[in-house]
Formats: sequence, structure tokens, C-alpha cells
Amino acid sequence: MTPDLECVDLVKRFGDTTAVDNVSFSVPPGSFFSILGPSGCGKTTIMRMIAGFLDPTSGDIRIKGGSVLDTPPNKRPVNMVFQHLALFPMMTIAENIGYGLRRRGMSRDEIDRKVDEALDRIGLPGIGGRKVDELSGGQKQRVAIARCMVLEPDVLLLDEPLGALDLKLREHMKVELKALQAAFDTTFVYITHDQSEALVMSDQIAVMNAGRFEQVGSGQDLYYRPGTPFVAGFIGESNRWKGRIERAEGGVMQLRTDTGLAMRAAGAALSEGDNAEIFVRPETIRLAGSAEALSRFDNQLKGTVTSLLFNGAASRVLVQDDAGEILEVTLPQSGEFASLKRGDTVHIGWAADQAACFGAA
Amino acid sequence: MRHQSRIAFILLLSPLVLWLGLLILIPHVDMLLISLRERVSFGVYETSLTQYKKALTEPLYLRTFWRTAVMSVLATAITLLIAFPVAYYIAKMAKGRLQQVLFMLCLIPFYVSELVRTFGWMILLRETGIVSNLLQWTGLADQPVELLYTDATMMVGLVYTSMLFMVVPLVTTLESLDDSVIEAGYDLGGNGLSVLREIIIPHAMPGIVSGCIVVFMLSLGNYLTPTMLGGKDSLWFTEMIYNQFIVRSNWELGAAFGFMLLVLSSVIVWGMLRLTGRTLKETMG
Repeated sequence: MTPDLECVDLVKRFGDTTAVDNVSFSVPPGSFFSILGPSGCGKTTIMRMIAGFLDPTSGDIRIKGGSVLDTPPNKRPVNMVFQHLALFPMMTIAENIGYGLRRRGMSRDEIDRKVDEALDRIGLPGIGGRKVDELSGGQKQRVAIARCMVLEPDVLLLDEPLGALDLKLREHMKVELKALQAAFDTTFVYITHDQSEALVMSDQIAVMNAGRFEQVGSGQDLYYRPGTPFVAGFIGESNRWKGRIERAEGGVMQLRTDTGLAMRAAGAALSEGDNAEIFVRPETIRLAGSAEALSRFDNQLKGTVTSLLFNGAASRVLVQDDAGEILEVTLPQSGEFASLKRGDTVHIGWAADQAACFGAA
Repeated sequence: MRHQSRIAFILLLSPLVLWLGLLILIPHVDMLLISLRERVSFGVYETSLTQYKKALTEPLYLRTFWRTAVMSVLATAITLLIAFPVAYYIAKMAKGRLQQVLFMLCLIPFYVSELVRTFGWMILLRETGIVSNLLQWTGLADQPVELLYTDATMMVGLVYTSMLFMVVPLVTTLESLDDSVIEAGYDLGGNGLSVLREIIIPHAMPGIVSGCIVVFMLSLGNYLTPTMLGGKDSLWFTEMIYNQFIVRSNWELGAAFGFMLLVLSSVIVWGMLRLTGRTLKETMG
């Protein structure tokens, strides 16, 4: 099947800086594709090139198999939901949604019918006569999507559209966006710096850094099997060390960190004497009262609780081991550690395959 | 405490009341009274509408009155047509330093007095002026060309004088238009013309209306430019007021002219607001 959107060796330079450096990817029809990266990584540049507001320095952009490089933005079968939505404040909701249809020279009746249909679809029937500033943030969001979807684009681009919403609404809109995408059955390309948005909604995520794609994969891939140190550090939280490999046994490495801690971690293509970066997620570290409970883990430490960071389900404990190293450990909410307090001695442990290590310079 | 705030309120209000009263209300009431009297003999006056009757029946007065109105509207329209692209460029296309420089360039002519600026035009356009010499030198004209004292020259002067007062409100409103709204207009299938018509102009409407009102009033009340650049035929209504007051010492007719001008500008401004469906409150605040 031809992908809905395909970027081939896309490069964009602004003077001396390369904003997008040889990026290639393809998005299969009907899927939700996210580009995730810190601000300034070039993700907005990619999106603007796809929409047609910027010309790539080199490379090709194909939609449904055909190159769109020579097609101006108003003729591309791509529509965009802007970061601040960019609804037209001088028009009513119905005029906003009907704008693109009017541009196509559709008849009045048909426009009215399509606009009503779109409003039904986003669950806001009968608001067509209202002004843009009479709507709430979430409603505006849906109108912005409907305004694009009435045009039945091959690809819908979304540029951090949830950025301006408050936390609760953002959580709600994540689910809603995914549902809208399924309802419209259109390819969504979503860019964001918020990993939770990307992880919750996407079929495929590309993690971008400094103009390049670090890794493309499903949320699970990125979280459980990060391919580069950047991905390991960017997705989720991690305790991280720098160290040297003392022994390599197949996929398991025996390492010693620069601070003197010995540990075992999973890593491929590394050999004895290599420098490495090690990442261990706080949620993969097991907390226990005694060393016996941790006997099945390759890595075990004894330490003191230096602080409790309460954050509901995401609460953490900071544990300082005998060497003075501080590790972040997720505090299980099952009740057994409810009485844990500062100064307590605890045992922590984690499996070698839960610790990722990568070669470092 | 209450007492103090009351005094502060009165103190703050008094300049406004004085300004309104002394500079606007009293002179205008007096003007109205002067315009409503007729001199029957030396030092004896009667209340009558004679002055207005005279103003409205004498063809020269009436013709000048309408000409001034139409030319002012025309000057406003031309200023808008020229200022809009300029303002759009300054507000949306120019970035950073260039934006500031361009804005300053619009402002710089206003550092000198209107009189000096108008003399500048005369140096350029008179028979022995720069443009005339240039035309002869390039062979486009075989004798000195007089470019002054025509309606077109006067129009150039009026537009030039008013430019800034149109550019400033336009730049301000256009700057407040989010770039992504324009991009969304293109993204959803609009072309340059439809984006301009459906998005940019509706957004800039408050700036357009307030700019037009200011420019129209400035042109209507302009004295210097029509007098210096206009020809014998392009008599301006303000010149007639001046003539009545100063040359003819006919204050009664001059005051009647003044009131006609006030009514005319009020009616046209009101019409402009009605036409664009805006209220004065929205436009000014």
C-alpha cells in the first residue's frame, strides 16, 4: 500500500544551521504518527515543509505517492491544525468550518450540510452561529480539527495543538483526538514536545533531536527498547551513569561507573574497555526491606532514604547508597511502604535487562 | 478619606472640563451664535438664517463645499490604497531592525513643519524645479514643465501629509493579526486575494476606519496644502473660511461656513461608521 505521506532525505538549512538533517520516513494510511522532540529540534520545520510554507533545501515530500514540492500550500491535500489553532476570529464557527469549502466553490446548501455534519461529528451540534471567542479551549480545538476535516485531506498535520490547554483538559483531549482520528479515519501527523501526548495517541513515534530522527517506533519500542542514549534519556525518567565496561558476556555487560558502582546491564555491540552510558528507570527498581527479597535481581544495593517526593501515583524515593550515589526509585502505592520515612534503610535492586547501556565517547 | 478622594477626583477632572469648555464648547457656541446673526446696520445685528441661505444658494460657495468634500474623500481613499501595502509590509513582512527603520522613515518627514514639507514639494515640482529639469535633461520635455497648481499636485500633497496617520493605525492592527491565521487561510485553500478579503481586511477594519476618519478630517481641514499646491481652480473650503474671517471681515458668513464644515465632517464620519457596521466606541477604543 502506498504510504499517505513519505519524506525522502529531507534537508532544510537556514544559512549555516541545518534545521532538518536528512530525515526520511513514511506514514501508512490511517495511522497516527508523532514527531516527538525538544523545542528547537526541527520538528516544526518538517511540519511547515509538509504543509508547504517552507521549501526543503533538498529531498522530496510525497503524498499518496506523488511529489508535492511544486504544489503551493493552498493546493496541497494536507491541512494543518496550528499551535494556537488560528481560528478566524472575524467569522462565526460555521463560517470558519465552511471557509475551505467556500474556497472550493461549493454551493451554499452543500456547505451548510457539510458544516452541520462536521459539527455533529465533533459533538458540538448547533454552535455554528457562535463567535470563536464564545467557545472554551476544548471546543475551539475540536472546531479547528473540524475546519480541516471537512476538506477531507489526505494528511492532517497537528502542531502541538494541546499546548495551550490546562492539564485536565489536555488529558481529556488526548483521548478525544485519538477517537476523532479513528472516526475520521485520516492520517494524522502530530508534533509535540510532550512525550505523554505522543505515547498515548500514536501508532508510530519518531523521536527527533538536533535535526535528525533518533528512533522511529511504537511507544512500547521507545520506552522498553530505546535505540540511542538520547531516546533513553528523553522518553520517561532515568537514573543515569557514565562508566566503563569491565566484561561483556553476550548481551549482558559487567560495568563499573565513574563513581565506583559495579552493575550489570543489557547492551549490544559493546566490548570490554568501552565507555558507556547506563540508564535505569526509577519504575524498574524494586524497593525492599531486606536483601533476601531481591535475590533474583542482578543489581542490588543498600541505601538510606534521603527524601520522599510525593506526587500521587508518580511518587519517588531518593535513596543514597553507601558510596554516596543518589538513585530515584518509584514508590509503590500498594501500601507496604506507606510508613517509609527519611533516614530509613532500604534495599533496592533491578534486573540487568532493565538497565540499558549505550556506547559513549 | 472619602473627602480626599473627592478632591482628587475634581482635580483630575478639571483639566478635561476646562479643555472641553474653553477650547471646544465656548468657541463653538459663540461661532454658532455669530453664524445666526445678520448685520442690518452699523453695529446692529438681527438673528436670522441669512448666512446659511447665502452659503447654500451662492454657486461658488456650494461648489467649493462639495468639491472639498469629494476631494477629501478621494484623498482618503488614495491614502488608504497606498498606505495599506506599506503598512502590511512593515507589520508582516519586514522583520526586526528593518521594521523599526521603515517605521521611522514614515515618521521622519513629520520632524519638520508642514510648511517646510510643502515647500519641499514646490522645489521639486515648480517650473524651474528638479523634476522639470530632469524631464528636459532626459529629453522627455523640450521646455520647462509646470507641475504645480493643479488638482493632481494638491492631491499628492494631501496624501503625503496624511500618510503617517493612516500607516500607524494600520500597522498596529495588522501587527496584532497572528501570522498563523494568515497561513491557515492559505492552508485551507485560500489564494492571496481571498485571504486578503476574508481575513486580513476584516481584521484590519478598526485600523482602516480610524485611519480613514483621521485622514479625512485632516484633509478636510487642511489649509496649507491646497493653498500652496492647488491652482486657481482648486479652491478649498478652509480658504473660503479664511477669506471671510480675515480678508472680508465677514465673521457671520465665515462662522456659517465653519459650521457647515463641522456638519459635513460629522455626517461623513457617521456614514463611514455605518457603512462598515462599526461603532465609534469599537473603532477608537
